[in-house]
Amino acid sequence: MSIVTSQVDAGTAAAGLTTRRRGLGFIRILLSNGKATVGAVLLLIFCFVAAFPGVFTDDDPRADAYDRSMGLSSHHLLGTTAYGQDLWAQVIYGTRQSLVIAAVAGALATAISVIVGVAAGYLAGVADNVLSLLIDVFLVIPTFPLIIVIAAYKKSSLTVLIAVLVLTGWSYGARQMRVQTMSLRNRDFLQAARARGERRLYVIVVEVLPTMTSLIVAQFLGAALYSVLAAAGLQFIGLGDPNALSWGTILYFAENNEALQTNQYAWAVAPGVCIALLGAAFALLNYAFDEVSNPALRPVRRRGRRGVAGS
Amino acid sequence: MTSTPATDAAGAAAPADSAPLLRTEGLTRHFRIGGLGRRHLLHAVDDANFAIGRQEIVALAGESGSGKSTIARLLAGVHPPTSGEIYYKGRPVSRMRSRKEVLAYRGAMPMVFQDPFSSLNPAFRVSHGVLRALKLHRTDLDAAGRRAEARRVFEAVGLTPAETVLDRFPYELSGGQRQRVGFAQAIAYRPDLIIADEPVSMLDVSIRVGLLNLMSRLRETEGVSVLYITHDLASARYVADRLMIMYAGYIVESGPSEDVLAEPKHPYTQLLLSAVPDPRAPLSEQATADRGEPPRVVDPTPGCRFRFRCPLAEAVCETVTPALNPVAPDHVAACHVTAPAGR
Amino acid sequence: MALLEVDDLSVSYATSSGEVVAVDHVDLHVEPNEFVGVVGESGCGKSTLLFGIAQLLSSPARITGGSVRFKGRDLVSLSSRELRAQRWRDFSVVMQSAMNALNPVKSIGAQFIDAVKAHEQMPKARIRERSAEMLRLVGIDPVHLKSYPHQLSGGMRQRAMIAMALLFTPDLVIMDEPTSALDVVAQRSLMAQISELQDALGFAVVFVTHDMSLVSHYSDRLVVMYAGQTVEVGDTRDVFDSPQHPYSQGLLDAFPSIRGPKTTLTGIPGAPPDLALPPPGCRFAPRCPMVMDKCHTIEPELYRAGSALARCLLYDGEAK
Repeated sequence: MSIVTSQVDAGTAAAGLTTRRRGLGFIRILLSNGKATVGAVLLLIFCFVAAFPGVFTDDDPRADAYDRSMGLSSHHLLGTTAYGQDLWAQVIYGTRQSLVIAAVAGALATAISVIVGVAAGYLAGVADNVLSLLIDVFLVIPTFPLIIVIAAYKKSSLTVLIAVLVLTGWSYGARQMRVQTMSLRNRDFLQAARARGERRLYVIVVEVLPTMTSLIVAQFLGAALYSVLAAAGLQFIGLGDPNALSWGTILYFAENNEALQTNQYAWAVAPGVCIALLGAAFALLNYAFDEVSNPALRPVRRRGRRGVAGS
Repeated sequence: MTSTPATDAAGAAAPADSAPLLRTEGLTRHFRIGGLGRRHLLHAVDDANFAIGRQEIVALAGESGSGKSTIARLLAGVHPPTSGEIYYKGRPVSRMRSRKEVLAYRGAMPMVFQDPFSSLNPAFRVSHGVLRALKLHRTDLDAAGRRAEARRVFEAVGLTPAETVLDRFPYELSGGQRQRVGFAQAIAYRPDLIIADEPVSMLDVSIRVGLLNLMSRLRETEGVSVLYITHDLASARYVADRLMIMYAGYIVESGPSEDVLAEPKHPYTQLLLSAVPDPRAPLSEQATADRGEPPRVVDPTPGCRFRFRCPLAEAVCETVTPALNPVAPDHVAACHVTAPAGR
Repeated sequence: MALLEVDDLSVSYATSSGEVVAVDHVDLHVEPNEFVGVVGESGCGKSTLLFGIAQLLSSPARITGGSVRFKGRDLVSLSSRELRAQRWRDFSVVMQSAMNALNPVKSIGAQFIDAVKAHEQMPKARIRERSAEMLRLVGIDPVHLKSYPHQLSGGMRQRAMIAMALLFTPDLVIMDEPTSALDVVAQRSLMAQISELQDALGFAVVFVTHDMSLVSHYSDRLVVMYAGQTVEVGDTRDVFDSPQHPYSQGLLDAFPSIRGPKTTLTGIPGAPPDLALPPPGCRFAPRCPMVMDKCHTIEPELYRAGSALARCLLYDGEAK
């Protein structure tokens, strides 16, 4: 009969010393992984900028009060746009909306993917079939044609943008949640909870979800990353609200004024770099949570034949 | 199907004044398997009749595919039986409709699981399961009372100092300690019967004995019966009063553990016994020759399911499924050759 | 010169809580055709030792000292090309669970072909012939060359693994708990098969297991491990009849017997030490029923104890 032997024979004992406790653990995770620390710092900087834009610039980003298309100078760190607006101020103030889009769309998409995915994985049977179909349908809906269709009917706005991002972004995560839940479904502690007489909703919310926190956080980071890039793309082709101030809309105007062709490089490059950095921040943070949920880094346990069904 | 004491695995007749704690009658469970059409039927358990009394430890022994784990799940209510009935204190379980009744039944018959690593939720402290169980089943206690009871059950299973251990997370405990938590969770219900599904198979040998001794002790201190499911006959002998041997979904032999092991009547029991490694005994030929191929339980034909490996197989074994017949007081076996009917 | 000479082998893991020594200065000598059982519970280092001998360790584990001489050549110092030349031809490895070691999407025959081709140029027909021969030798009908692993029972899969390990009739076969995923009857049958094959083909076996009784009838010598060290080495019968080390005694006593009188057993209370912080002195001292004061400060060596060797200060030849 197989005994619970760890391949890293001593690892089991040592591993106990390094496994995290909830809460305090997240900080430790971020600090232990170099990539994650960089990502966290980047994100914090962006958050700070979004919260206190006035700290970084005195100019009003919308005021076209300056000379047009000026180069970089000490008064205008990134020069001015073809409309005479200070680009640095635009980028600074644009941070807020970009971050809000990422956070809100990311959170909503994650929430939906958790609810649908976990329900599908746990309930199984007919409910699973229906929900899986739903997931698959949304998975194949193409983003751009969808928003073009919606834009034809509704005036484009932030709400519509976020709604489209959520609708197209939740399904990928839902599949992962479903699979993970399915693998947890028959764990003994869940069976014990059912045998205790716990209600199904309780089991899902209290017993299953806490064991998936790392995965959920990773989902959020992935969804936020997707939202940043997709939002920028949509705004770039003009499907966002042109009156909004966000990196994507800056790009839109830059493109309209042929910024790159007319040597106004800063106008196109600056918001692009910001989008890339914010996306990178989310991606780097994701590395930390990858490590925590990655079973390869856990002690290998060999299971005996009792894993076989029907005996 | 009526079951008289002579033809079921209950052994002695139940005392006239009370029904046995648990009795099964014709308990059967089949699973539909196989691809798209699900056309095949896996006979996990067929026609199990047995009874468990108060404060007794009964071992259910068998190999993979024998059906012993399925019986555990049927008793715990994980699957409904395909046919047959379970009687708890004389009342049929399938007739229990109200949530209250079902909850009471589940609480009377908790299960201890095999895998110490997946039986506790890693996100919570080890007190979580016990406290929830007390909250749902012991409504007479308030929060302080629940905590005190949690301490009591932890101490009863040897996890001391209880207050400290209660606040640990599963990863901080060893496999043996986690299994003790499993037992603590079980006795928190103040159960009549603990269904222990291979509770020591995944533990180190030097730790197993401690858990086996714990089961015996709980029988005295908590007044609880134990259904000990295992593949290891030696541990069954050590801890159980009665022993039931399962093969391919059937109970093939049953009786007091000493009797069954000293005078095994069913050829499968004899095979199992001779295959158990015992450094003090010489090797047996029969065990060496048998390959240990798993039994056929998918769409089986009538007749004895052991006949393909049986050295005593006769013509009747091909067509007639043997019933459990007495071979000694309290001792029954299902074999046409060694335990013919009407002896 | 012995077939396999492991001298003073040490294997460590780098973990976030420091260096963990999983195998601590272990000696193991295996003569040709000998069956050596390496016995111990979880965390004792027996599997790591096996992997260390077979040069199968992967980061973060590494050999930090000692040598593994196989037929005179130190395997630790060989390049991977030289190692490959010896693998499978001179020594092979059988893993614990065939389902993990066999490729689920290839037929048994195809995997045998892979195994042969990795080490020798042989025409396909000749490989098929040899594979069929090996399967027959382990009691499997050669028709199963076309079968996939999931179509075979657990016992048959393990036999197929052993057949694969014997393709080149190596001089040494290292087995890591090959029977622990099997039921007791299949286990017994497989052990007998291994013994028969040993007699027929002539090879040495190093058999790692947690179940002492399993090897009791088949092994010539027994090595008992605890907390990364060998604590007792001796002829199997001697170790069973009169175990010298308190851990071996405790371990033997922890097996309930199927025959003979029923007695209450106690097992060994406590748990193995954390190898990141091993206790000072003897590692078994915290759990030892015969512990003396000096056990907490002096680290015992392997002393001669009767006809065996035991790592216990009871046998250090000094007054208590």
